Amino acid sequence: MQLTLWTYEGPPHIGAMRVATAMRGLHYVLHAPQGDTYADLLFTMIERRDARPPVTYTTFRAEDLGRDTAALFKQSVSDAYARFRPEAIIVGASCTAELIQDDPGGLARALGLPVPVIGLELPAYQKKENWGASETLYRLVRALAGARREAPADRRLCNILGPTALGFRHRDDLVEVRRLLDTLGIGVNVVAPLGASPSDLGRLGDAAFNVVLYPEIGRAAAQYLEKALGQPFCEIPPIGVGATRDFIAAVAALADVDPAPALDAPESRSPWYARSVDSTYLTDKRVFVFGDAAHAVALARVAAREIGFRVVGLGTYERGFSREVRAAAALHGIEALVADDYLDVEAAIQAAAPDLVLGTQMERHVAKRLGIPCAVISAPAHVQDYPARHAPLMGFEGANVLFDTLVHPLMMGLEEHLLGLFREDREFHADAAASHLGAGHAVRHQEESRVPSPVRERSAFAESRVRDPEPSGEISVVPRQPCASSVEFSSLTPTLSRTGEGARSGSAPQAETVLASPAEGGGSATRVSSWAPDAERELKKIPFFVRGRARTNTETFARERAIPLITVETLYDAKAHFSR
Amino acid sequence: MNAPVRPESCGIDLARERGQRAVFCGLTGIVWLHRKIQDAFFLVVGSRTCAHLIQSAAGVMIFAEPRFATAILDERDLAGLADAEDELDRVVERLVARRPDIRLLFLVGSCPSEVIKLDLSRASLRLSRRLAPVRVLSYSGSGIETTFTEGEDACLAALVPELAEALPEPEAPAGEAGLLVAGALGDVVEDQFARLFADLGIPVRFLPGRSAGTMPAIAPGQPFLLAQPFLAGTARALEARGLHHLPAPFPLGAEGTTGWLRAAADAFGVDPARFEAATAPGRRRAATALAPHRARLSGKRVFFFPDSQLEVPLARFLAAELDAEIVEVGTPYLHRGHLAHEIAGLPPGTRVVEGQSLDDQMDRARAARPDLTVCGLGLANPLEAEGLATKWSIELLFTPVQGYEQAGDLAELFARPLRRRGLLEV
Repeated sequence: MQLTLWTYEGPPHIGAMRVATAMRGLHYVLHAPQGDTYADLLFTMIERRDARPPVTYTTFRAEDLGRDTAALFKQSVSDAYARFRPEAIIVGASCTAELIQDDPGGLARALGLPVPVIGLELPAYQKKENWGASETLYRLVRALAGARREAPADRRLCNILGPTALGFRHRDDLVEVRRLLDTLGIGVNVVAPLGASPSDLGRLGDAAFNVVLYPEIGRAAAQYLEKALGQPFCEIPPIGVGATRDFIAAVAALADVDPAPALDAPESRSPWYARSVDSTYLTDKRVFVFGDAAHAVALARVAAREIGFRVVGLGTYERGFSREVRAAAALHGIEALVADDYLDVEAAIQAAAPDLVLGTQMERHVAKRLGIPCAVISAPAHVQDYPARHAPLMGFEGANVLFDTLVHPLMMGLEEHLLGLFREDREFHADAAASHLGAGHAVRHQEESRVPSPVRERSAFAESRVRDPEPSGEISVVPRQPCASSVEFSSLTPTLSRTGEGARSGSAPQAETVLASPAEGGGSATRVSSWAPDAERELKKIPFFVRGRARTNTETFARERAIPLITVETLYDAKAHFSR
Repeated sequence: MNAPVRPESCGIDLARERGQRAVFCGLTGIVWLHRKIQDAFFLVVGSRTCAHLIQSAAGVMIFAEPRFATAILDERDLAGLADAEDELDRVVERLVARRPDIRLLFLVGSCPSEVIKLDLSRASLRLSRRLAPVRVLSYSGSGIETTFTEGEDACLAALVPELAEALPEPEAPAGEAGLLVAGALGDVVEDQFARLFADLGIPVRFLPGRSAGTMPAIAPGQPFLLAQPFLAGTARALEARGLHHLPAPFPLGAEGTTGWLRAAADAFGVDPARFEAATAPGRRRAATALAPHRARLSGKRVFFFPDSQLEVPLARFLAAELDAEIVEVGTPYLHRGHLAHEIAGLPPGTRVVEGQSLDDQMDRARAARPDLTVCGLGLANPLEAEGLATKWSIELLFTPVQGYEQAGDLAELFARPLRRRGLLEV
């Protein structure tokens, strides 16, 4: 039994739904109680799909358990076939139906429908969403791909495996990958599962090789096709300039074509942007990367080699891919974090004290709480991760998007720094509001500056969270920080104002727990040295985004040396001590 | 799968349907209940699906550490029940240690915990003894037992046996403990009603209280009003404690609110002039607020998919107070007793469908081409894409909509999709 506040992945049948929803002409009959139908909204609300997923749920209830749930299941399959006339049907059980052991595959096959019926065994108490997607695609390919071709395939014809419904930027990645392949003169035979029909899967064997965009979904199918149809595969996600070049070289070799036309990419702006002198301030910024394995590994490479950040944390929630992530972490000289408990991830982020977090929606919330800029680079995703504009992560255009995505949150930080530099100017005095915050913040600043200095910064930090326009993040209308770029899923959330005024007073207990955390972060019961007023003033001259670390370092330095009063001297002694 | 339509004495055209349902399970109620009871924690004992559902229904991954979580069962728990109980104790103890602010912990049963017959009521007794003063209660929010709002019903019903016996209210005549209002309301709505009842001279308490320490005391013979139409189990539990239900419409819209208040006023013998004086300002403001929305909604054809059991009172409100035309009222369950006033308030011959067969119902909605379709979140965009304006019903649970002061807001929820369609030129 695992205590779980938030999950990175849904259950495995959600993965199967992502495959089914991506395809055409396929129907999924899911043996599941009522309530499991919530899954529809993932597709229709988060991804804004314009049709229900092609899923029929049996929605059995307690009274059905005493009768014949197997009959109910068979009836549901028959009805679904009669209504939707799919080319093929996949059947399976959700977690509850797995317990009642009705054998959906066997029951459905016994109906003798005139289309392929593929049973899915997705153990809900062991496996998760991505595995479910991978297993479903594998089972479909295995059942439908047919036998090895007699005649050799055209070497310049490939399949693309991996993009699904509800995938993180899959729609736009696919456009970029098609563009790269097209430039190389390589044709695309079938894309699966996104947009493929069961009969398209029957044509997979016409291609010479496979391109796996998302290994967590496409690898198992590609390995099967390699074994059964003799198709080699390329499994380099072309995320970032370097990986895109590697991808081009690999597919060009598989297709036996010249990679040069694709490597010469005038639209690739990110390398020049990184070299442009205005990017100098990005050097060695500490970045913490967490997400699905493929995105985390790729983003760590982009951050370190293509922007000049320092990767201080790298991790994934996909245990099945921990080997790859550990290997990548070793390249950055760090230990990988493999965890699916978001509290563990939060603790690791806090300990690493990064300047920037690249993560999922979970880490975005953690980063927001800790006051660290953040960009979302991986599923689990949110409605805002399905932008209206073209926003790929793959290919050269994807690298351009990534440059903006990774740099903009820090750019806002730089702007604040410049304001800080001019703080004594009349317009920018210390009590003025941060430029991107509302007028209310100015008032608060003034109140807070009357607080005796040693507690000021912390209380300000805590208070800013108490008074956050999103008291608990549940009600969110005001985008708070550019990094958070958070027009939340407000279509769903305004809703939470049901308790009206209570929502505001309700933030109090949560605020208390938040207040407690910086103290815990300080991690010591010993008395903190006090700050001399001149040292406190000096500290304020340090840019705000490193000030917290300067304070902690100085206090640690003072504590270790039993210095009771921190002076300007102590501050600079500590700075020298910690500079490397 | 349609049952034959049976003529009903109450004048509606009632049908029952069985088939695929598109509804949330009772776990969803946690999303508003945890905000209502500010020191309560809801621990679902279930699967990854349960955790994913609540996360998705909440719509966001919430900024602060939430006061709900899932103890996810894994294979080892399924192997033997004794292990699962030990595991649950371990998880709960970790949780309570982590969150000392928690005073009331609900163990919430799910489909998997029901199917493996994990006895959460026994676990809650055991843990209550061990974790005092934290109280541990249990209820089922499973999809095989509960539909959406029935989770709140099960939660409140679990609270009822715990409520203290009331001492007689000083203001009330001997033997009368005042009025109990059952059903989670927004705090702002609750405060408005508290003022109205004070103006009527009726002592009132609300269930649930806003914290574990402020749950109402109750007494046998005490009358209660339901603030929500889905509280069949809570009503039974209150009746078992000797309280009696005051039949009334539900406080949705001005007429519903007046009828609801009048039921209490009649039970407490409030002078009609005093009732008139206390309610007149609210009725006047509601009439003002409703008028512009009536212009938009008058004659509009509305179709309800079954969801929250609020459908019948909402249809009554739309028909009676906004002159809308009701095409079909789907409801997961029709409590004929509690909804008697509401059923009587529907236009004669209104088609009410209890239960659901999703694809058949979607066919009917497509054929009817209503001006507005009230449906669950999962169906809204697909219907919009087919050209039907929708209002997703979950918002009706999360938004303060009851009472005079919210009557206009409630109407606006229905008018907004239509107004929005008028605004967009693309």
